Amino acid sequence: MHKKTQSLSIELYKHNTPLILAGKSFTSRLMLGTGKYKSLQEAKDSIYISDTSIVTVAIRRAQHAKQLGKSNLIDALDWDKIWLLPNTAGCKTAEEAIRVAILGREMAKRLGQVDNNFVKLEVIPDPKYLLPDPIGTLKAAEYLIKRNFAVLPYINADPILAKQLENIGCASVMPLASPIGSGQGLQNTMNLNIIIENAEIPVIVDAGIGTASEAAKVMELGASAVLLNTAVANACSPCLMAESMKFSVLSGRIAYLAGRMQKTYTAQSSSPVEGISYIQ
Amino acid sequence: MNILYNTIFVNGEAFNCSRTMSLYDLLIYLGFQIGSIVVEYNKEIINSNQFSNIVLVDRDRLEVITIVGGG
Repeated sequence: MHKKTQSLSIELYKHNTPLILAGKSFTSRLMLGTGKYKSLQEAKDSIYISDTSIVTVAIRRAQHAKQLGKSNLIDALDWDKIWLLPNTAGCKTAEEAIRVAILGREMAKRLGQVDNNFVKLEVIPDPKYLLPDPIGTLKAAEYLIKRNFAVLPYINADPILAKQLENIGCASVMPLASPIGSGQGLQNTMNLNIIIENAEIPVIVDAGIGTASEAAKVMELGASAVLLNTAVANACSPCLMAESMKFSVLSGRIAYLAGRMQKTYTAQSSSPVEGISYIQ
Repeated sequence: MNILYNTIFVNGEAFNCSRTMSLYDLLIYLGFQIGSIVVEYNKEIINSNQFSNIVLVDRDRLEVITIVGGG
């Protein structure tokens, strides 16, 4: 990174207070998924360039030697620097999600993150839109909170559900912008605004982000962080998009902190109306 | 009943293994990376320091779990 970009980043970073989740501090407000990359190297490079602090992973059956062909995600990433957020992706019921959350916590211990009790809770019975089951999510969250998990539940942008999950003790809420992997950007702005207005825990907008301006917009609304995957993995150049996302999340956050100007219906001249020199 | 072999299910797949095999032996034999997996033995998560202590019996079911790209 050449000097000019370096000093620009330092200026931006000064205002970028850390994200606090379940009492733990993270420097980046951009969270990345690890799926859909064309190669492990591409995933690794994109994750590194993005400066993310937290990545989500799926919990699946391991392949034994006969099935193996390539190296794995565990070896590719530095688990001293990146916080694992296991995802219960693939679970259709609360019971399945609870089991996978427990497996996820065990996996975090294997990677040396012994105090990592985080889980991104997904209970998704719907294969077409991958919309989360609110009731199953609430049930699973309740159980997992009692089992001392830091629960980050994935939900539709339902302000009432978001508050209920906060009230039972979730570490954050993760309302969707639009369906997973769809790249449709923000389709739920009104409800996201209401969630952010009412929330006393971090709101992490997840799913459907397609490009940099959409990530920035999420942060401008006042979200605490954004989670995206396909926007980077399916970009023509994932590493470039990862870098762009790093800046756009920072940019959007600082714009939010700056407090945007008011919108007006009519024009407000930028130049003084007095002292104009007319043709005599 | 087979007096020489156990039939063990690993991730839903059936394997025959010798009667004296421990959980650890089987995992190594199948080429799993011990440090990168979580093992459910008959639906119970087993700590890796217990793998050598468990001798497999016929019809045991193992789920060998890891993290993959996704989420």
